[in-house]
Amino acid sequence: MRARAEHVLPFTLLLPSVAFLALLIVIPMFQALLLAFVAEKGGFTLEHFQQMFGDVNFGDAWRNTLLLLLLIVPLQLVLALAMALLVNSRFRGYGFFLYIYAIPLAISDLAAGILWLAVFTERGYLNSALQSAGVIQQPILFLSFENFPGILSAIVIAESWRATAIVLLILVAGLQLIPRDYFEAADLFGADRIRRTIHVVLPLLRPSLQSALIIRTIFAFQTFAVVFALAGRNMPVLAGEAYVWYAGNRNEHLAATYAVLLLGLTACVTVIYLRVLGLREAEVQR
Amino acid sequence: MNARVLDRTLIYGIAVLLAVWVLIPFYIIAISAFTPQAKIFDYPKPLIPTTFSTETMQFFVDARGVIPSVLNSVLVAVFTIVFGLALGTPAGYALARFHFRGREAFQVIVLATKMFPIAILSIPLAVTFLQLGLYDNLVSVALVHTAMALPFIILVTGGVFVAVSHELEEAAQTLGCSRWGAFLRVALPLALPGLAAAAIFTFVVSWNEVFAATILTLRTRTLPAQVLAGLGTSPLGFKFAGGLFMALPAVVFIFMIRRYLINLWGSR
Repeated sequence: MRARAEHVLPFTLLLPSVAFLALLIVIPMFQALLLAFVAEKGGFTLEHFQQMFGDVNFGDAWRNTLLLLLLIVPLQLVLALAMALLVNSRFRGYGFFLYIYAIPLAISDLAAGILWLAVFTERGYLNSALQSAGVIQQPILFLSFENFPGILSAIVIAESWRATAIVLLILVAGLQLIPRDYFEAADLFGADRIRRTIHVVLPLLRPSLQSALIIRTIFAFQTFAVVFALAGRNMPVLAGEAYVWYAGNRNEHLAATYAVLLLGLTACVTVIYLRVLGLREAEVQR
Repeated sequence: MNARVLDRTLIYGIAVLLAVWVLIPFYIIAISAFTPQAKIFDYPKPLIPTTFSTETMQFFVDARGVIPSVLNSVLVAVFTIVFGLALGTPAGYALARFHFRGREAFQVIVLATKMFPIAILSIPLAVTFLQLGLYDNLVSVALVHTAMALPFIILVTGGVFVAVSHELEEAAQTLGCSRWGAFLRVALPLALPGLAAAAIFTFVVSWNEVFAATILTLRTRTLPAQVLAGLGTSPLGFKFAGGLFMALPAVVFIFMIRRYLINLWGSR
């Protein structure tokens, strides 16, 4: 009797969280599909998708989301990799620097957008610094709707600044799993070190790089508040459109259609990454 | 010798440079939020402020809806901590103590949830909550935040209970404690610092969450939802003060749990 109770116990302990997640993830996913594919009068329809694809902002939202993704994710990986390798060389005081680099983890995308708004706004601190240094004669309108590269750069910088911390923690944890013998000397730079990093450390770090890449790409599709804080409605993105259709236009069908699109993209990204990265792994082993 | 000195200088140089990159926006938002309203449009502004005033912060705190939204944010975070720990602690304990069939499957579920874009689901959830009469309710926001934080809570509590020796619990049981009693009197007190860290991280997740909070509320706004809804209309000073106000508690809390940060994102 007692042995049997022991046997069932782990499942009893897991059941509440599994049930909760199922309730909060599976049910709304069905609800999203219903809202997106079922017409108001009932019956299957593609009219919401047609309306979404035909919307004036859809093309821009799609392009901007992909552009941000393509710029932000690689930048974050490089920056986080530099920080992680540096921290992993275990120089004196590395723990302090790791903490500093991890601080943006505590910042929401909304707050990050506002922090960088103080930098990039017309009479903000970047223009002030440039003007004081005599580089410019009058403020540059970084965030004007006519200055697309300006807005784009500001968002890329703000979002890279914020979410690099997450990638960093994933990579540092991955590096900790690699036996110390592989690193030996603490000196990080010089040809030998670089070659060792490329040929030894990076291949061993692949699983971490892979999960960082997947997590960051998925989250890049949700980019929204940082864009709103810096650009307002001047730069439509997919998640932002979902929000606007729900909260602004009170159209839960179109909002849910955007949600379905984002969920679909998430699934595609995961499968593609696992395929591509997984295949290469098989090649390496051969 | 010279090469080593050069090397070390290079390492510290890069480390400091990266630290400056991370810290500069905090400095800028702090001096912006403590610039008096009248001086916010001064140009060019000095990088070392000549005036210090709490007027802008005061203006933000006094603005309509801000104090209630802060209270709402705290309430949602507290609900999320209660729900999250109640659900996640048993799961973490099971992962730490038992080898059972389906253990790996459960770990995959946890991992997948960590990556899943749960915030996006708040749109269909809003429709469901509306039907259930739970819309614009802090509990419903807390439920979504719980789903977001739960995988992290499970991972952290799992790690915490692994570190608490199961032999101590067994000893307590041989001395007459029930299994539950042994957990309550031995494992739980030893795990408390780790559970506190999980609670703090949960607070940060909830305090920072924007999308679901905005979608699921109309009048009972949390602080980020309040700030986001006002982005288009509020003056710059309000935004700066709001940015600092949202960022500061989270930064302090992350400092408190810095030892656990690797566990949160690290374990694949």
